[in-house]
Amino acid sequence: MAEKNPFPGENNTGHVWDDNLRELRNPAPTWWMIGFWGSIIWWIGYGVLFPMWPTLSGNTKGILGWSQMKEYHAGVAQVEQVRAPFEERIAQMSAGEILADEELTLYTDKAAKVLFGDYCSACHGSGGQGNPGYPVLADDDWLYGGTVAKITETIQNGRMGVMTAHKDILSPAEIDTLANFVVELSEGKKGSDEGWNLFRTKGCTGCHGQDADGAIAKGPNGEVLATVGAANLTDGIWRFEPGGFESAKHTIMYGVNQPGVEGTRNAVMPAFGKTGKLSGQEIKKLVVYVHQLGGGQ
Amino acid sequence: MSESEGERKSQAIEELYAETDYWDVNTGGETIHAKRLSGKWRTIKWISAAVWLIFFLGPYLRWEGHQAVLWDIAARQFHIFGVTVLPQDFWMLSLVLLFFAILLAVVTALVGRIWCGFFCFQTVWTDVYTWIEEKLEGQPAARRKLDKAPLDTRKVVIKTTKHLLWLLIGFLTGFSFVAWFADAPSLWASFFAGAAHAVVYVTVALFAVGTYALAGYLREQVCFWLCPYARIQAVMVDKATELPTYDYHRGEPRGRIKRGQREEDRTSGDCVDCRQCVAVCPTGIDIRHGQQEGCITCALCIDACDQVMEKVGRAKGLIRYASLDELGGEKTKPLYKRGRVWVYSTILLLAVSGIVYGLSSLDAIELKVLHERAPLFVVLKDGSIQNKYILKVLNKMTEDIQVRVSASGPEGLTLIGAEDAIIARNGSVSPAMVFVRIPRKQLTAEQMPIRFYVEGTRSSGEIVRAERESVFIGPRR
Repeated sequence: MAEKNPFPGENNTGHVWDDNLRELRNPAPTWWMIGFWGSIIWWIGYGVLFPMWPTLSGNTKGILGWSQMKEYHAGVAQVEQVRAPFEERIAQMSAGEILADEELTLYTDKAAKVLFGDYCSACHGSGGQGNPGYPVLADDDWLYGGTVAKITETIQNGRMGVMTAHKDILSPAEIDTLANFVVELSEGKKGSDEGWNLFRTKGCTGCHGQDADGAIAKGPNGEVLATVGAANLTDGIWRFEPGGFESAKHTIMYGVNQPGVEGTRNAVMPAFGKTGKLSGQEIKKLVVYVHQLGGGQ
Repeated sequence: MSESEGERKSQAIEELYAETDYWDVNTGGETIHAKRLSGKWRTIKWISAAVWLIFFLGPYLRWEGHQAVLWDIAARQFHIFGVTVLPQDFWMLSLVLLFFAILLAVVTALVGRIWCGFFCFQTVWTDVYTWIEEKLEGQPAARRKLDKAPLDTRKVVIKTTKHLLWLLIGFLTGFSFVAWFADAPSLWASFFAGAAHAVVYVTVALFAVGTYALAGYLREQVCFWLCPYARIQAVMVDKATELPTYDYHRGEPRGRIKRGQREEDRTSGDCVDCRQCVAVCPTGIDIRHGQQEGCITCALCIDACDQVMEKVGRAKGLIRYASLDELGGEKTKPLYKRGRVWVYSTILLLAVSGIVYGLSSLDAIELKVLHERAPLFVVLKDGSIQNKYILKVLNKMTEDIQVRVSASGPEGLTLIGAEDAIIARNGSVSPAMVFVRIPRKQLTAEQMPIRFYVEGTRSSGEIVRAERESVFIGPRR
């Protein structure tokens, strides 16, 4: 072909079409060639420094020894480093002392949000707003007490309410009277004498207290000193949804956590400390968090 | 084919090829060595270029013991004399951008590429670079000669000095840029001690090399091929825009001056075809071809032409600031009768008032209120309703301040958790959690407005306040 080249000395490839259309061997622009070779050098350098080629048992590691997991762990370590001074202080303080420190309370509130989401929110709701059958943690109504000590105890050891099933103990009429009585109290009324009579003679006071407010012992100013976890019947908050006559009647008839009684109310909070689900530090943070939800005492 | 038709055809072909003379596309194949002349516009150009001294000297300006203007990216705040601008005030930036965008449009509509010719960093830096070049290498002819001359000691000394000076200016440009973002005096020390942040070195290096390449080598190529403003100016100018223009009615047909010819016998126009306007042009165009993309309207050709006209005894202003309307003999409208001027001015005025309002009403503290959503409300034992709020107090001052929180709303409202003052840290947002309780019977709607207030006292005794409305949510009615 070369000897028949109709355009000799032109630096063409010798390929000619349609008499005069031919391909030239002009070099690419210098900047383009610099870029081309530059990227090849880059590629080689990258292959030496970083993981690149798959091998039968894994891949080449690169002399820098960089990996995504290492970078991830370094990032986690960095975060831990920021948290460390707070966590150390929390470890040395009681939940009450943490609550007295504004800055530490804010830190704990944020840090425990994840814990609350993981361990508590399934029953108590994401913001402690409760669920049917599970108490609201954001209000000021506590079954076992809303002090730091009581909340710690609750998370540590769990809780299990008990109430006898009365369907075979009381007559249907008595049950109706008591259910109506409970509804009256919840509406802020005084309650019928008939109701109070039954309430006192049938043993309700043993758990719900002399004044039906869930207090077993009270101080001189009326503050609650001890409860056994029975509901305060004089406020507008219902332990078991939806509340009202039917709810009350059901609870009175079938009780709470009665083995072998069909329809009994289920009210169990698992123990998180005893069983080792949560560490002491985590429980401390959760206590602060729950205390801050809205009703801490 | 008749004779006249053939003639017409050949004339058309001639015109076609004559036009190709104007198709000289400047792709930077040859360095443009423009001639420097003194003159009115040259002086104006130096004065306008001096605006850039602010860029170099501004960072060393002090105000009340601080850097007067500091764009503190790391701390996310801008200090402009006594004013501190935080990210929360950034809506003003959009007004600043609007202002400059419109300013560009209005200036271009009225007087063309004033920015390009007199203020643009590309023009100014190139001007300074070529000034150095001329001082070292001489007039354009000498420079061309030196470029072609073989490498000897003299050439090496001259060229090295030139490039070192160029690089020095490049470095100063980069350093001055960075100095707006850091404490300028201490930056010098840390920079040469090797203690400055890597970003500082990279930025200075990029600017130094960029300035060196753009002003030393690319020069007018930037205006031709890189700059978007040169591309969009065509839609901003109109026939009333005043631009450096060659008066072709007066100038054409151009012709050289013939020795001994009397002025009254002259058949040619005023243009003597001396090509001085081309020689002085920093972008290497011929203004006599009319408005074109390569013209940065630097007006240096006006100086050149006026001087020639003076020498040959003809009226000045063959090249002058004139509009196409004026050249075409149409009536020119005064500024205030042009709709564009009014529309642009209104937008400019609005943007400026927004910025002035923003800067003058920068509060010392700001309050934001987040209402807790899970749960929206809680019923308490006594039947009252409780809502939870996170208050965020932004303190834009340079001192920490204690603020007291209060709230107003339906009767019987109690605020819990705000018994102690909140410490609002300077330049940041301090959160606080509060509860509001309202007796149920006071709630007349599912959602009721309530208002939070924060108030604190500065060390100077001045009282600062902020307030924000939020909502109180109760059970469905």
